[in-house]
Amino acid sequence: MPVNETAQNIFYERIQESTLDGEKLRNCLQCGNCSGVCPFGFVMVYPPSRMIAQVRANRFENILSTENIWMCVSCYACSNVCPAKIPITAGLMTVAKEELLLAGNVPSELQTALENSQRYGNPLGESPRKRADWTREILPEVKIMGKYRQPVKFLWFVGDYSSYHPRVQQISKSFVKILNALGIDFGILGPEEYSDGDSQRLAGERGLFEMLAEKNNQAFCKYEFQEIITTDPHAYNALKNEYPKLGISFPVRHYTELLFDLIESVRPLLNHPINSKVTYHDPCYLGRVNDIFNQPRQLLKEIPGVQLVEMPHNLKNSLCCGGGGGGMWLDGFQWEKAQIRLSEWRIQEALGTNVDILAVACPYETPRFEDAAKNIDKTGHLKIKDIAELLVESMGI
Amino acid sequence: MSQDIYVLIEHIQGQISDISAILLAAGRQLTSIHNSKLVAILLGYQSQNLINRISADHVIYVDHPSLAEFNQDAYILTVSEIIKSKQPQIVLFGNTTIGSDIAGILSISLNIELASSCSHFTQEGKIVCQICGGKIMTEAIPSSSTTLVTMVPGGYKPESNQLNFNPEIENFAPPPLNDLRTKNIRLIQPGSTDVDISKEQILISVGRGIQTKDNLELAENLANALGGVVCASRPVVDQGWMPTSRLVGKSGKHVKPKIYIALGISGAPEHVEAITNSETIIAINTDPKAPIFDIATYGTETDLFDLIDILVEKVEDAKSG
Amino acid sequence: MKIIVIIKLVPDLVEELSINSDGVSLDSAWLRMIINEFDDHALEQAILLKERKPAQVIAISPDYDGVDEVLFTAIAKGADQVIKLKGDFSNSNNHALARGLTPLIQEIQPDLVLTGVQANNDQDGSLGPTLAACLNMPFIGYVSGVALEENSVLLKKEYPGGVLSEIIVTIPVVLGIQAAEKPPRYVAVSKVRQIMKTSTIEEKQVSELNNNGGVKITRMFQPETNSHAEMITGNPEEVADKLLSIFKDIGVLK
Repeated sequence: MPVNETAQNIFYERIQESTLDGEKLRNCLQCGNCSGVCPFGFVMVYPPSRMIAQVRANRFENILSTENIWMCVSCYACSNVCPAKIPITAGLMTVAKEELLLAGNVPSELQTALENSQRYGNPLGESPRKRADWTREILPEVKIMGKYRQPVKFLWFVGDYSSYHPRVQQISKSFVKILNALGIDFGILGPEEYSDGDSQRLAGERGLFEMLAEKNNQAFCKYEFQEIITTDPHAYNALKNEYPKLGISFPVRHYTELLFDLIESVRPLLNHPINSKVTYHDPCYLGRVNDIFNQPRQLLKEIPGVQLVEMPHNLKNSLCCGGGGGGMWLDGFQWEKAQIRLSEWRIQEALGTNVDILAVACPYETPRFEDAAKNIDKTGHLKIKDIAELLVESMGI
Repeated sequence: MSQDIYVLIEHIQGQISDISAILLAAGRQLTSIHNSKLVAILLGYQSQNLINRISADHVIYVDHPSLAEFNQDAYILTVSEIIKSKQPQIVLFGNTTIGSDIAGILSISLNIELASSCSHFTQEGKIVCQICGGKIMTEAIPSSSTTLVTMVPGGYKPESNQLNFNPEIENFAPPPLNDLRTKNIRLIQPGSTDVDISKEQILISVGRGIQTKDNLELAENLANALGGVVCASRPVVDQGWMPTSRLVGKSGKHVKPKIYIALGISGAPEHVEAITNSETIIAINTDPKAPIFDIATYGTETDLFDLIDILVEKVEDAKSG
Repeated sequence: MKIIVIIKLVPDLVEELSINSDGVSLDSAWLRMIINEFDDHALEQAILLKERKPAQVIAISPDYDGVDEVLFTAIAKGADQVIKLKGDFSNSNNHALARGLTPLIQEIQPDLVLTGVQANNDQDGSLGPTLAACLNMPFIGYVSGVALEENSVLLKKEYPGGVLSEIIVTIPVVLGIQAAEKPPRYVAVSKVRQIMKTSTIEEKQVSELNNNGGVKITRMFQPETNSHAEMITGNPEEVADKLLSIFKDIGVLK
């Protein structure tokens, strides 16, 4: 069979350029682990291992002609389980999405989110001037760097959904209470904060990601702070792993890391018991991608009355909620193809453990799981709570 | 220049469009300022039967085969002659596929002023227009020569001008209407494949509150009574109770109807963003805290299961009575 | 085949709008301008036509804050040439813009001029008809389907209720686009950034801006907004009665 070396090599080159170890794609054994563990593998025409086979047989146009790739939620389950350590998510999937985007082949819901990110600095299409409106009634006033203009210890990178989505704003407000209770000096960028861009990057818009990173960096450079903290694992991943590749480098911790490090100060404040069975969902970008498993669990265990149980898919094997890699903005598209939502699978698993509370630590999760629970849990018993909300409840503030 | 108020009647396939009644109601208000005449311009071909459906003092009727249906060049040439000959104070057009197509052209060719998207006139006859999606209003004064105004619905009730259905008729000779640059070939009726809800004017939307597939009948009855279409928020479509073509929301269609009646819909952001361009939103939900009430025009906590049957009955009665 | 697309930037309604101290215009300090959605459709329709038959697509925009990015994006989508009309458009209406564009368009001698059917800041009618009259070309608005014939254009004009009128018009003609046959395509940010480095925007100075034809605005204001629905109470009979009268007021009940 004639092989078109040039086309194949160009695609390989792009994979190599964009990821460390990209050339490992050539070492694939076709073991099929990746396709087996992929949450949407069953509905893809070319799940990961078959995609690699197509690429190596120089038929990647086949892949680009299906809508397959938009089923990928960049959950890293495949990369995690690959014996040859091929960077499937960051390499193959992301680069394939980039190709599709360049060809203008993108589902309309995702297109809107990307255009909104470009125009308004957030995928929801909300006014950037209103990014800190959620802080309006809070006392003491949350320091917005553009007005405050003094150094702060921690710059809290709030994130898109935490700023604009009504349900997630509640979690942001809870976190403010915790910071104040601990006497932590912090500020936020407010209207000067742009989307971290990580999900957009994984959805194939590298140019957009770089643009957003540059804009955030302009804001970072204006103010004095010691460290960045964030309640958003996607922002955490961007700030920790991706921004430094663009020369933007600041120390960063996820809020569960921060509170765990301050656990001696947190513990005495947890006065009210929460007598519930609780299970914790490991967010993909906190757990599997960045190895933070212990800190959130320890925080939950500190709450008196909490009985922590594990779901069958936990730690590195956690089941994605379906929001990553653009999934947050492909709900209609993915539902039509799969007739199931990953968030609903996860809720079923949570229900199977007979817990009262499903604890989460990522802003995508609360709205997604609550929506899924409405469909799956007819009793309405299961509650979805961010760890920050549980801590505040236990603090009685 | 006369103080008379002129209205261009819009009709298609032998039916006078709703906007015409609104224009006449506005025109009637304006005539009371200077005690002038309300004159309707009716262009058509063998369309005399439409004249006594027009409530005006005077109808200028032009009959020509090229005016059987709306034709840009034919309408422009004819209305132009009428304006030049009669010099009315104001000419009202619909801000529609008919009125908007010709008003701007007449403005330039006759060198007269034009105001668009007028919702109503003040008592003194000032032109009140809405721009920027209704967020901004302007007030303007008509010029000292003829002024053209295109109007949008909302400022006048269509039936508020029901005075005189026996207008004087003036047959006006059309100018030469050969050599038209635009030519109508045919009218295409909407297909039998599913409706495009983004183009519908009356939408009855169901959410989780409808509870079962069988209850959709309530929405369907209301839709039939009002001449509208049923659509839904995501939970209903997910259940398979309605096709995805009827989905209103972030993952579905954005709609901009005249009226959006939301039954048992809570108003999640993903749904609300798709309905904010509705002219009027009526929300029926037993939860007083449902976010839909923040963006709805009218709301009620009455249980839809107690309300809809009665409402449908009343609508049917009103239609036949 | 030369197709001109006129692209206007209009106030972005996501942001709060405020009124100038003169009381008759919008405060431009707070204004964010974005591409008029209907002009975006006009551009898409032009590119679709070009993809079917060889054509040259020329996009022209009046100079507004943010116009460069819009024009570079047009090139990224497939426009062959983009022109910025230089001048101070902050107080000009569509009549002025139409007159300002006319010499430039006459020089190019296009076969088609496409623009959006309306824009949210139109006060003196939409641009299309006014421009057509200045150019002495026919105009068809609310167009949602365009097919090029030998010396004419076959198009679909939208009427209420989903009715379409099939019309044939002589060339040259100005069209007011309601919707392109496909939604405006996506362009990756990296592609636009690349275009910014490799392409140029031509500039033409507008000769005069004459607002004649627009009525004199004496006041601009914001309507009172309700931040909550007007709640209807009572037993189901009473509520149904009130809803019925609302239906009549709005005009959904004839």
